[in-house]
Amino acid sequence: MQVDEATVRRIARLARIKVTDAEAKGLEKELSGILNWVEQLDEVDTSAVEPMTRVVPIELKKRPDVVNDGDIADDIVKNAPMVEDHYFVVPKVVE
Amino acid sequence: MSDLNKLTLAEAREGLRRREFSATELTQAFLHAIEAGNAALNAYVLPTAELALAQAGESDKRLKSGDARTLEGLPLGNKDLFCTTGVRTTACSQILDDFTPTYESTVGANLWNAGAIMLGKLNCDEFAMGSSNETSAFGPVVNPWRRQGKDGKLAGDKLVPGGSSGGSSAAVAADLCLAATATDTGGSIRQPAALTGTVGIKPTYGRCSRWGIVAFASSLDQAGPLAKTVRDAAIMLKVMASHDPKDSTSVDTPVPDYEAALGQGVKGLRIGVPKEYRVEGMSPQIEKLWEDGIAWLKAAGATIHDISLPHTKYALPAYYIVAPAEASSNLARYDGVRYGLRVPGKDLIDTYEATRSAGFGKEVRRRILIGTYVLSAGYYDAYYLKAQKVRTLIKRDFDEAWKSVDVVLTPTTPTPAFAFGEKLGDPIAMYLEDIFTVTVNMAGLPGISVPAGLSGDGTPLGLQLIGKPFDEATLFRAAQAVEDAAGRVTVKERWWETGEKPPAKKAAAAKSAANKPERKKGGGNKKPGSKRK
Repeated sequence: MQVDEATVRRIARLARIKVTDAEAKGLEKELSGILNWVEQLDEVDTSAVEPMTRVVPIELKKRPDVVNDGDIADDIVKNAPMVEDHYFVVPKVVE
Repeated sequence: MSDLNKLTLAEAREGLRRREFSATELTQAFLHAIEAGNAALNAYVLPTAELALAQAGESDKRLKSGDARTLEGLPLGNKDLFCTTGVRTTACSQILDDFTPTYESTVGANLWNAGAIMLGKLNCDEFAMGSSNETSAFGPVVNPWRRQGKDGKLAGDKLVPGGSSGGSSAAVAADLCLAATATDTGGSIRQPAALTGTVGIKPTYGRCSRWGIVAFASSLDQAGPLAKTVRDAAIMLKVMASHDPKDSTSVDTPVPDYEAALGQGVKGLRIGVPKEYRVEGMSPQIEKLWEDGIAWLKAAGATIHDISLPHTKYALPAYYIVAPAEASSNLARYDGVRYGLRVPGKDLIDTYEATRSAGFGKEVRRRILIGTYVLSAGYYDAYYLKAQKVRTLIKRDFDEAWKSVDVVLTPTTPTPAFAFGEKLGDPIAMYLEDIFTVTVNMAGLPGISVPAGLSGDGTPLGLQLIGKPFDEATLFRAAQAVEDAAGRVTVKERWWETGEKPPAKKAAAAKSAANKPERKKGGGNKKPGSKRK
């Protein structure tokens, strides 16, 4: 699989990571290299194989639907870069 | 008593019980060792001397009143991937900035509730992504081991301590803690153990709670200890492991007394030797090490069986789809809004993009992009689903093997410790470091690395033992047999120790710059966002 610059930019956008022109060039090569390397998996016939969903065969645990945590707004905003009262502050989203 | 820091965990436990020294004296010995050695090794990113001495005071009270808990007064290091209440936790990334959790990881809480003392937070690869500790935002950790020339003198460049738990492995090998917490997603406990002559076990997936540990790849991540001996690792895992309702994948099954299992020997144990691990270009010294391991276990009464794990070669490429995919999803949370770094942009999307490009290092960005690619529309089936199917086959290989053997023996790594920069330019060369360890994560099995001798250059080499799910006790037994035959390896020349040891009182309050490494400001040169409270 050859990854071109447009693909690198599309992926970077999806991942919300800004890449410079120089970085995009390097990433084209690196990502292509890695993707070519993982393509050896095509040698394996998996037509009759179920994908793994868990390594340990346990039932997903359930718990009663009750409130068991909360009232810690101070803790939740404690590490935020920008806070007002108990709100996270972000640049204006809606005009 | 001098050199208390050189004791094993079991020896220190015994010394404290016999009141030969106090927890405070023991803790101070480590704080001195960190003061003297951390500038050269860079193992700790945040020593917490005051906290450690406060905990030691509490331990001394309990030891005196006969109220000692399992790990009372034993000083440990804590990988900086484990969240610590009131103590900065960074995953060795810029993006977490000065994140200071208001909660403790379950594994950490288990240790501190058992009386253990935290000496500080240990360096690691950024978000545990790496095999050499070179991707840390705090700079690389240096392996206490160095190559020796023919004349027996130290020779050549400084070596990597392995990764991602490189701070943990270096700190244990250099006696900067009795033992340390670590995590393993593809080999991050076992490979550093092998490269530093220490013992490291990745338990069965679900054995330790993942709650409060910064997530990398959730279906592969497991916590475990790095320690000086097999016994020490057994003591640590017994306390670290628990069922935790806060981690839905943690398994509700009794945790056996691993230490008690050590004396049981390996008589009649069936050891499998998989032919697929004899990879092309394997170094003769690794091959010899493997043969030694087989001979030792045989001599101790085990039987040896050739086995086949046919899908071994596909484990690593499958891993490099699954792990980045899960990482790209886990790391989506770092958006500059709720915690950590914020680099202001012209709008919200621009803020996300600027923050994430400045905050994540090169390897982490690379893996997020790979993960995003393989999960993107149209590619999911070809990559992620395919890899998860291959994973089923890898696990099936082991299920088949367990019909005829109890434990599988392999080398831990394809090579001994390497020099800085040696593999940094080539991602795939670095990824190949995990070739023998990654299958274990893919199948969710327990695996332990035990020191088994030295390379021609005088650096340590490790053997790996792989066990059945939740059968860590048998692994410890087999590992003990290897350790008994091979003997412990310790660094002879302590080149990292500098100058005079500071007097006890001064060390307690010491906060020298050398002791608290700064993160390199990588990624971008933009100003971090302003903090408004």
